[in-house]
Amino acid sequence: MSAGTLYDKVWDLHRVADLPGGATQLFIGLHLIHEVTSPQAFAALRDLGLSVRHPERTVATVDHIVPTTNQSRPFADRLAEEMLATLEANCAQYDITLHGLGSGRQGIVHVIAPELGLTQPGMTVACGDSHTSTHGAFGAIAFGIGTSQVRDVLASQSLAMGKLKVRRLWVDGQLQPGVFAKDLVLHIIRSLGVKGGVGYAYEFAGPAIDALSMEERMTLCNMAIEGGARCGYVNPDATTFAYLRGRPHVPCGDAWERAVAWWRSLASGPEAVFDDEVRLDATKLAPTITWGITPGQGIGVDETVPTPEQTPPEDRPLALEAYRYMDLEPGQPIAGTPVDVCFIGSCTNGRLSDLQAAAAVARGRQVASGIKAFVVPGSEQVAAAAVAEGLDAVFQQAGFEWREPGCSMCLAMNPDRLEGRQISASSSNRNFKGRQGSASGRTLLMSPAMVAAAAISGRVVDVRELIA
Amino acid sequence: MSQTSPPDFPSGPITAHRGSAVAVVGADIDTDRIVPARFLKCVTFDDLAAGVFADDRTELNGEHPFDREGHQKASVLVVNSNFGCGSSREHAPQALMRWGIRALIGESFAEIFFGNCLALGLPCLTADGETIRVLQEAIASDPGAELQLDLENLEVELESEFVGVNRWPVFLDAGPHRMLLSGQWDATGQLLAHETALRHTAASLPYLCGFSA
Repeated sequence: MSAGTLYDKVWDLHRVADLPGGATQLFIGLHLIHEVTSPQAFAALRDLGLSVRHPERTVATVDHIVPTTNQSRPFADRLAEEMLATLEANCAQYDITLHGLGSGRQGIVHVIAPELGLTQPGMTVACGDSHTSTHGAFGAIAFGIGTSQVRDVLASQSLAMGKLKVRRLWVDGQLQPGVFAKDLVLHIIRSLGVKGGVGYAYEFAGPAIDALSMEERMTLCNMAIEGGARCGYVNPDATTFAYLRGRPHVPCGDAWERAVAWWRSLASGPEAVFDDEVRLDATKLAPTITWGITPGQGIGVDETVPTPEQTPPEDRPLALEAYRYMDLEPGQPIAGTPVDVCFIGSCTNGRLSDLQAAAAVARGRQVASGIKAFVVPGSEQVAAAAVAEGLDAVFQQAGFEWREPGCSMCLAMNPDRLEGRQISASSSNRNFKGRQGSASGRTLLMSPAMVAAAAISGRVVDVRELIA
Repeated sequence: MSQTSPPDFPSGPITAHRGSAVAVVGADIDTDRIVPARFLKCVTFDDLAAGVFADDRTELNGEHPFDREGHQKASVLVVNSNFGCGSSREHAPQALMRWGIRALIGESFAEIFFGNCLALGLPCLTADGETIRVLQEAIASDPGAELQLDLENLEVELESEFVGVNRWPVFLDAGPHRMLLSGQWDATGQLLAHETALRHTAASLPYLCGFSA
């Protein structure tokens, strides 16, 4: 059993009580809500005659359903408009801060909470969205929940939870130019499988993790859930503190010093005991890309689609399904695969450094003929910062569309979607069948720089060839 | 079509369930497949039954298990490994429940999906791969076969005119098991019962007290 890890320490600090069923009642320090998974929770709250216990620890934004072209109200999509109107009414009724469209602070929930300094080390963070694991980048214990649990957090600021085991993923070495946190996490999921992390929290540690920026750590933790781990985290360090300092919700003055001291004390110490440990090396990692229909079906861009013989027997049925669905042949190189749509954005890769990496590839080049390519900043703040650097112009001159912030084609709840059998190069997190809005649409997951390279080339290429 | 009769959603202690079953075969079936995102454009869960496996069913053009005549009254869903992975959308178990599913048996379940089911009183029981294979084949060949789930003794019994009566062990972690048997799977009341402890925990967290010395 784990002991002395950040996960153990934060868990113990937030334990309220042991529940009769055997679960632990865990206090939730920060509750993030959005328009898709909260309306039924508020309705249930009203049915039960309950109120919101800690409206000041609950923060809302709108992200999943917002259009990225014309955001004027009411939305053309009546259902989307109803969802946002419902969120607005609920936030008004219960006195919850809503970072709405045009506020300067709206964006994907997992982008805005860190940039506003809401997410801090040592917190428990819950949100009705599986990518809540993102916030673990700060040394928080953060996990996705369902709508019944959203109701519970609204009512009690706590949840009934079972404690997870802790696996340390120790990553030696260093990512090489053109290789990013996205490639690392796709490699981890490829190595451990999409269910390898079920029952675990992942602690990412080691020299390669220490060297990552906060935005890269967010990309890494964001996709812990794609490997089955409900939460992933990185111990807070000087990189974390430098990111946080001066952000709106972060303490300042003497309180800052005390906060840093407390945050430091939470990190897993040398005496920490883990339930499991896996060691990897980042140095030889190539840009990694999915070829199939789960995030675990990934390969290096210089590799070939695995054959059934190269696939473990238990994974073969899924591989056969993936060849058919993706229309890819076992043994064919993934490089050279033609793409139709290129999407840069999402809670995985919609932050400023992601746009910078993609813009570095796009600068002075042109999107290939017939390719639809678009960039969706993760938040209004990301958009403003990118515009201030002229990245919007770089993208537009290269033939990319520059859009308004939101979740967009990651899950296609707004008008951005694949059509028919289109295949996308996507910086998002899921390549499930039908994920990007067409029941037969296909998705190749990769880093934003790789998406930009695919847009320029019209096919999958090794981005290292373009930045050499 | 979906079952739209007045809902008899789970309530109170859940100790047993009897009903016919439907099998959906395949590993890593994610919640986008259980209910595609376009069905999430709603502010209530009421109409979600129509979205169950919508894209898979369109693709199979009437041949999906959820469309087969013999499975229209099924209340037990038998699946393979890592069922319900991906998005945390509670819409997935809500859609299954509103279609008529009251219990699931699988090789394994994704964690958030399992918790979402538990919060609705839908047990997710696990069984070994061979048991699941036998169950899925029996259900497909004899849709009228009835499963008797005994939650107290963690056993499933299959009664089929082809294979007679068979019984297998199923598994459920002790915590969720107790919660279902005792009827305490809906956590809200329990969470609200600890007012003093909630206040104490909040008061002890430095970040809720402005990091005051």
